[in-house]
Amino acid sequence: MRSEDYGKLVEEKTPNSPIVKDCFIAFVVGGAICCLGQGIKDIITMLFDLDKESAGTWTTIILVFLSALFTGIGWYDKLAKHAGAGTLVPVTGFANAMASPAIEFKKEGLVLGIGPKLFAVAGSVIVYGTVASFFYGIIYYVVTTFFL
Amino acid sequence: MEYLSSFLVGGTLCLIGQLIIEKTKLTPARILVGYVIAGVVLSALGLYEHLLDIGASGASVPLTGFGHILAKATREAIDKDGLIGIFTGSLMGAAGGIESAVIFSWLAALVFKAKKK
Repeated sequence: MRSEDYGKLVEEKTPNSPIVKDCFIAFVVGGAICCLGQGIKDIITMLFDLDKESAGTWTTIILVFLSALFTGIGWYDKLAKHAGAGTLVPVTGFANAMASPAIEFKKEGLVLGIGPKLFAVAGSVIVYGTVASFFYGIIYYVVTTFFL
Repeated sequence: MEYLSSFLVGGTLCLIGQLIIEKTKLTPARILVGYVIAGVVLSALGLYEHLLDIGASGASVPLTGFGHILAKATREAIDKDGLIGIFTGSLMGAAGGIESAVIFSWLAALVFKAKKK
């Protein structure tokens, strides 16, 4: 059997209904991670008397830490298999996209393995986020300088 | 109440992501990039602040929130420093997220072994 035929066979045999189930799981898991973020934010705001902005940044840092830890243990990728976008879209998914390939390609070494693989996916996120902000910055500068 | 709205808004943003994956076969990497750009655009249009008011962490934790921070930091840097802000703003705003992700992922890669798939 050629691989294309196999692909067709797999597609035929896969039921179409799981989409509702997958979306539901993504909704619940993603919502839960955001709730966890809200919980962290409330607790550290209370404990350390933080302003809104640094509380937000600390929340991101703690979520990223937890994500890297659970990616290392192997739990995050297990959850991601079921949760799909529920574990991808939150900032923990961004951290997972850095940690997971870095761990996998660890054997290639510090410089050619971990270093570049950290940015295998995250690099693109940072590049296009920066590019989009740059163009927005130009528009914002022109509008606020010359038209307001 | 903030927990319910975080759950609903954050869950909905993930649900949209899942729908995009199912319907378009876009890879996860493209979803992440798309979400950050969407966050920048929504923030530029002044819409993301409203979403944050409604959804609290449900709007700040998803990657669109990261895009919003990039755009917001760009705005603030331009207001404060002028033209140079176009180049300095976005990454300054994202510094905490990016640096923590680099540090913790790097440490995780040093400490943990790859799992057999």
